[in-house]
Formats: sequence, structure tokens, C-alpha cells
Amino acid sequence: MKVAITSTGQSLESKLDQRFGRCAFFVIYDTETGGVEILPNPNKDAEEGAGPASVQLVASKEVKKIVSGEFGVKIKSLLDSLKIQMVVYKEPEKTVKSVIEMLNNQKINK
Amino acid sequence: MKIAVASGKGGTGKTFVATNLFNVLSRRGEDVTLTDCDAEAPDDLIFFRAEKTNETEVDHRVPVINKDACTWCGRCSRWCNYNAIFYLQAAKVIEVIENLCHGCGACTFACNSGAITEKPVVLGTVTKFRTEGGSPVVEARMKVNEMSPVRVIKAAIKESGESGVIILDAPPGTSCPFIQTVDKADYVVLVTEPTPFGLSDLRQSVDTLREMKKEPAVIINRSDIGDRGVFEYLRKENIPLLAEIKYDPAIARTYSEGRLVTDEIPALSSLFEELVEKILDGHGTGSYKR
Repeated sequence: MKVAITSTGQSLESKLDQRFGRCAFFVIYDTETGGVEILPNPNKDAEEGAGPASVQLVASKEVKKIVSGEFGVKIKSLLDSLKIQMVVYKEPEKTVKSVIEMLNNQKINK
Repeated sequence: MKIAVASGKGGTGKTFVATNLFNVLSRRGEDVTLTDCDAEAPDDLIFFRAEKTNETEVDHRVPVINKDACTWCGRCSRWCNYNAIFYLQAAKVIEVIENLCHGCGACTFACNSGAITEKPVVLGTVTKFRTEGGSPVVEARMKVNEMSPVRVIKAAIKESGESGVIILDAPPGTSCPFIQTVDKADYVVLVTEPTPFGLSDLRQSVDTLREMKKEPAVIINRSDIGDRGVFEYLRKENIPLLAEIKYDPAIARTYSEGRLVTDEIPALSSLFEELVEKILDGHGTGSYKR
């Protein structure tokens, strides 16, 4: 399963970005293969609709779970209809790597 | 002649100034209209006994996508400047997010397969009233849950016509609603207060207006509080100071009870009478001829 983690930078040592739609980078982690893809977020400075546009981006990567600090109201029903799980994780000091470790140990589910 | 009463900062006294300017002109028998452009929180009517004479709905057209005719090319989604069309080619998902739609019609134009039709969505209302004094008040009011008041403001200004003096009570801030209001004005009066917040927002308003090639004049409300920063700024920038209104609990009391200081406090009545003269006698564009 692919998981999108919002990241403030482009390495696994970067801190978790607290905003979903306007995060700096998406780290797409594949829990089966351990593969990692890092995408800059083109919607970071969008005037409007950064949330839906970011859902469009991660959903096109077949992500089934998103870990971020906060999700906007416009996207909750979208994520529901796409059966993508939101994981709200308000830990600005945690690194992307530690989130991946938690995913591997199944410590993040809801 | 359209006079916009604006301010970057909320709560400086825009509505206070706009309603009293209107009152002074109206009781003189002038041809004057007050247009409440603060469509997110219109409140000018609190100060007048008025009867409704006309009400129109303002709408815009949002796309409706026929999925059977859709070829999943994604052009509509790419053409949308506001991320209002959610599109996933592989999963065959296409959804219009109506809240984000600006009603520009680009998606309908972009669609090559005739899959997009449009439906009207009501954004708000423009209501016209007549005060007891016989002058019109036009109110822009957007619907709760809509994202932008711009179209409603535009419609209200249009409804106000072109005759006589039209006072536009502008929304706070310096973003689209403000710009839409002052854009139509021949003359812009900025109401500020002599505090660091007031100065910071005044600067933003002046910079925005100058970008639009408009030179405002300023009224300082509660002019004896705070510091001298605003006064110094006006002098340095060569911006005319139209009036200073000193802090007075009687003003606050009258205003908070929904009454007009120009009807109840003689000193304020003369201050606003003078203000009207200054504004009309060519302090602005000079284009107004009585």
C-alpha cells in the first residue's frame, strides 16, 4: 500500500509538514516494497483549492493513506469517496523517517 | 460621483463615516445613494428606517459534467485556474467543487466533447431600500457558505446607478472585495486610527490604491488616542487629511445604539457638514459639479 506523508523538506530526515494541501513535499512510501518517491508540491502557493489539487496529485499515485498534521474541510468528502484514509498526526518535531518506522510497525492506523 | 469610504483595518469607522456622510447629504435634499459593499457583513441599514423597494438575486454559472459524454481528456481540469474540477483519469473520477468555482466558463469552453453544461448558483442578493428621508440605500449581501462576495458587490454598485453622489461603504482589508469597490470610485476616503495597527493597514491601502493610480484622502478617527505615526506618514506621503474625529464616549454610545451622530451631536453634525463640502468642492477629482 502507498502512503503519502507531508514533508517540510526533500529528505527522510525532514520534519513532518503540518499542512496537507500546502505542504512543501509529498513523500510517497510503499509499505510493501519499501520504495520512496519524493514529489515537490506544485500546489504549495496555489491561490485557491490547494487541498483538492493535492488530493488529485496523491490519488493519481494510487495512495491509500495520507499522514499529515491537518486536513482542510474541502477535501474530507473527496477522500471518503476515494477511500483514502486520513491520518492526523500533529507532531511537528517528528521526522518523515520516524513516521515510516511507525507505519512499518503498524503503530499508525487511525 | 462615486465616493468610496474604505480602510485596510476593520473597526476604524468606515460605516460610521459612510452613514453620516449619507445622512448629511440626504437631509440637505441632495441626490445621494448609500451602497453597503461590505457584503460579508452588511450593517448600514441599522442606522436608518427604510422600506424595501427591490430585491434581486445574484448568481453565477457553474459546470455540470455529463460523465457519459466525458472522454476523460482532463482539459477542463487543466484549464481551471481555481482547482475547481477534481479529475483522476485512471479511476475515472471527475467532480466539480462548486465552492471553488468562479463561474468563468473556461471549462465549458475547453471541453471538446460537449460534456459540460452550466447551471446557475445563487451567490447573494442586492436589495434596494428607501429611507424615510427618501434616499436610496443599496445593500450587497452574500449567501453564507459562498467563497467570494465580488460578484454581489459588483451587482450592488451597478444597481446604485450613476446619478448624484453615491457613497460606497467598502469592505475591510485590501483584497478583491476592497479592490472591486474602490475600482469604481471617483474618490477614495480612507478611515484610519492613529495606532501602529492603523498605520500598517493604512500603508497597505495606500500602496494598493496607488498601484491602481488612485490618490486617497484620509480621515483619522479617535485622533487623540495612540501615537503620531499616522500623522507623520500622511505628511511624508503628501496625503490630504480631511478630518480628525476625537475620541468621545458619546459617539460610541450613539453609534452602538444604531443612531446617527449627525442627528444628535451638534459638533459632529458641523464636522460632517464641513467634510461634505471638502469632498464635494474638488478635494477629490473635481469632476463633481453641483
